[in-house]
Amino acid sequence: MKFGVIRFPGTCDDVDAQLAAARVGEAELLWHGDRDLKGVDAVVVPGGFSYGDYLRAGAIARFAPVMESVIEFANDGGLVLGICNGFQILCEAGLLPGALLDNESLKFVFRQVQMDVVDRNTPFTRNCPPTLSIPVKHMSGRYYSPEPVQVVLRYAAGHNPNGSQDDIAGVVNIAGNVFGLMPHPEHAVDPLTGSEDGLTIFESIRAAVDERVRVA
Amino acid sequence: MSAGAQPKHRELGLTDHEYDLIVTGLGREPVDVELAMLSLMWSEHCAYKHSKKLLRRLPTEGEHVLVGPGENAGAVDVGDGLAIAFKVESHNHPSAVEPFQGAATGVGGILRDVFAVGARPIAVLDSLRFGEPATSQRSRYLLEHAVAGIGHYGNSIGVPTIGGEIYFEPSYEQNCLINAMAVGLAPHDRLTSAAAAGVGNVVVLFGALTGRDGIGGASVLASAELGEGDEAKRPTVQIGDPFTEKKLMECSLELLDRGLLAALQDLGAAGLTSSASEMASKGGVGLDIDVGRVPLREADMEPFEIMVSESQERMLCVVEPGRVPEVLSVCEKWEVPATAIGEVTDTHSFRIFKDGELVGELPVPLLVDDCPLYDLEPEPPTVPLYVGGEQQVATDADPVTILRALLASPNITSRRVVFEQYDSIVQSRTVRRPEQADAAVLALPVLSVATGAGGAPIPAIAVSIDGNGRRVAVDPRAGAAEVVYECAANLACVGAEPLGLTNCLNFGNPEKPHVAWQLSEAVDGLAQACRDLEVPVVGGNVSLYNESPDGPILPTPVIGMVGKLPDARRAGQIGFANAGDRIALIGEFHPSRDGSEVAKLHGSAPAGALPAKDVSAIRVAHSRVREGVRAKDFVSAHDIAEGGIAVALAECCIAGGVGAVIRLPEGLDPFGEDLGTAFIVSGTTEALAGLPIIGAVGGRDLIITDLLEVPISEVSALHAGGLSALLS
Amino acid sequence: MRARVLIRPKAGILDPQGQAVERALPALGFSGVSAVHVGRLVELDVDDATQLPSMCERLLANPLVEDYEIIENA
Repeated sequence: MKFGVIRFPGTCDDVDAQLAAARVGEAELLWHGDRDLKGVDAVVVPGGFSYGDYLRAGAIARFAPVMESVIEFANDGGLVLGICNGFQILCEAGLLPGALLDNESLKFVFRQVQMDVVDRNTPFTRNCPPTLSIPVKHMSGRYYSPEPVQVVLRYAAGHNPNGSQDDIAGVVNIAGNVFGLMPHPEHAVDPLTGSEDGLTIFESIRAAVDERVRVA
Repeated sequence: MSAGAQPKHRELGLTDHEYDLIVTGLGREPVDVELAMLSLMWSEHCAYKHSKKLLRRLPTEGEHVLVGPGENAGAVDVGDGLAIAFKVESHNHPSAVEPFQGAATGVGGILRDVFAVGARPIAVLDSLRFGEPATSQRSRYLLEHAVAGIGHYGNSIGVPTIGGEIYFEPSYEQNCLINAMAVGLAPHDRLTSAAAAGVGNVVVLFGALTGRDGIGGASVLASAELGEGDEAKRPTVQIGDPFTEKKLMECSLELLDRGLLAALQDLGAAGLTSSASEMASKGGVGLDIDVGRVPLREADMEPFEIMVSESQERMLCVVEPGRVPEVLSVCEKWEVPATAIGEVTDTHSFRIFKDGELVGELPVPLLVDDCPLYDLEPEPPTVPLYVGGEQQVATDADPVTILRALLASPNITSRRVVFEQYDSIVQSRTVRRPEQADAAVLALPVLSVATGAGGAPIPAIAVSIDGNGRRVAVDPRAGAAEVVYECAANLACVGAEPLGLTNCLNFGNPEKPHVAWQLSEAVDGLAQACRDLEVPVVGGNVSLYNESPDGPILPTPVIGMVGKLPDARRAGQIGFANAGDRIALIGEFHPSRDGSEVAKLHGSAPAGALPAKDVSAIRVAHSRVREGVRAKDFVSAHDIAEGGIAVALAECCIAGGVGAVIRLPEGLDPFGEDLGTAFIVSGTTEALAGLPIIGAVGGRDLIITDLLEVPISEVSALHAGGLSALLS
Repeated sequence: MRARVLIRPKAGILDPQGQAVERALPALGFSGVSAVHVGRLVELDVDDATQLPSMCERLLANPLVEDYEIIENA
């Protein structure tokens, strides 16, 4: 099973995501300028500051050549995970509803947060425990959507770091194959550097892909 | 610019004597572009006129040293064919004028120094000093914006800010200190020199376009005391762009990985002038540069402007002619503008052309080596230089009141509200985050499922940055030595052995005898402590003329130290953990009040004397703690620093969320200080056998028998809220 | 033609930047200030002004959370 991790100019957590994904399958980096997704089974759009967050976070990255292929892949039912800046890019690209606005505090926030997994019926959370301890690190993580959305993760009481509506930390699209979250599961895969809860998200994706392969 | 009565050279900061030396050295008067270049290269910031002779007293050799002072960053061997490059630099004067950009570009500049030697930056640390936040809105403003600037740059470029320190003293009100340290990792064979080589090789400038940023900026600012009229200096502050630097960094590292470069150098203070001339000097060659080929952001820039511009995010490299197309192609892939602007010659001359026409020519040695070095004329001060502040706590206050005041005081209280603005985990190496241990810890290997399989040790490095002003003011020689001992003590607490250090010396005007004395004494103290602990200096920085009409800042040496520990899984931590664990005091500890935080709260000026140090006892204590942590005998280890043993114990309880019952040795001052000498450790009775036991972990209060009793929940809240109360 | 695009947060969405500025002004001694909002300005030379709305919809603004105003011949 192979993960593809997109790298844009300014992406910071691409190698971290690749290392995390490599703990459950194979993982390779996909260059922003290249439309070829190299036959990966799941796409990860990682965190960082693609294009310096110029104009709006994710506003420019969404038009990268690789994103045309990612949109097509998603429309065909492929699994896409967007982490932090990745979540922002997926919202800008219209693959997820809503938008990420500036943190209410107007400051960058780095903190380990507790989250409730409110929907464990997604390919991204099927192997997750009921709660997750995962770090957030962002300037613009306040989720907003005027329409109802499929919430997958909510910050536990008192843990909302950015003022997002309804304490939303992660959402999935209606088809259930595109998932965006502000916390960084790739930074919660090794007890040496934090918790291991984030690994369960990558394991869920692996299990979902394996099942599809078996069914197919 | 001031009225025409002043000769140009004086306007640019050169003395008449220096100008005469230039004329003699050139055999003629310099033209404008040459004068501008010389005025920057001969400024204090670039030439270290008043400090170079002094810095030769520092020990720079050691068995782990790969690169010593003189290159963009020093480097030490950490085993397995890997090197750690690191350096600290100041950006004090620009930050006082524009704190966000000053701090941001300080981070940008030190990062470039590290990847210029071929190391991938893996960490940033910052040492910040401001005036009193409770009473100075300006200092709160500077703190808030400097922190935002550091976060902006470090977070955006994907390098974790893993540690730092922040101190507040009235002395820094007009002269804040912003010292930024970067740490990088490289395989030995990617370490690169800046020495230009190969006559006929091409000089390529790559990175951001060149504009008018900082013209007459950092170097000149750093060579003058700040006075009235700083507003006019604002246009010369550099603006940083971390996105551009991220691309520049990836591009530079790829160029090095592919072996495409003969030399690499970053552009910092004095821009193209210092970068190019230092490359030529190191290589013993000459350079021809055509400023007409430099890609500009602004139209109609004059040759001198192009040569001294401090536009950020630019690098210079030397490339064999045949490899230039490949270099340009790598730059294009990373969307980094790159242009061939000159070539290496066999003259010892730096020749400036404008579209093929010669506009300036300077002998390289004149620019780089011939700046006069001045001897200091040190004299101990005859009057007190620093005054005490307002009394915050009565001298007869009870111990609980004193402890509460210390834990909430700006110099001791939690820095969480600051470090939560920094990403300290990107790159997935961080084993100890801020406030978890006395030093930051980073794993060396890339962590995968296989790392550490079967219990195999995971090598790691530890980094700490520590400085002091108040105690160095009491006694510059002993105080500077104490800073080194304290920094090493922080490393010992996580189980690390020091490999090397970098220093930033922040002082007042060295032309004044009492400041010269402070500087000279501090360097001697620093040198002695380095020899005592066998830790070499691999590089550093000096920031002078930090002075206002009220006088010099507290003499403030800042030390950044890197150490190694064999197994990241055995890195130490501050917090007590298990009820029933015993608590021991390790080290020859002789605390006193002079120069302490409690004395400051009582309104005292920094005066008196620091405790004498027994160096062999220090070495024994550091070694004992290091070994105990590595053996996992010590569940926790924390050095006793500001606030004394009572504060250190409270910090261990707060970090662990658990209380303790303590009986201090007879007559031991709970709030006196003796930095770098003593530690609080905890562990099982068996593990601590033979050590002086002072108490046990347990309960929900910190109880120091016959002295004080406080609930941990209460002191935790005080400790957590100290800074946010001041900043909201 | 020189055009100017003003991008504003949509009414009803929390605008913490606007609130921060609204708090800061009285602290500096300016009274009678209210309804502060902070947005963005994009200035550009265009050959074909009819393309501006499309530029705004696709890139310059996020229509979900922002309103835009185009000023031509600015």
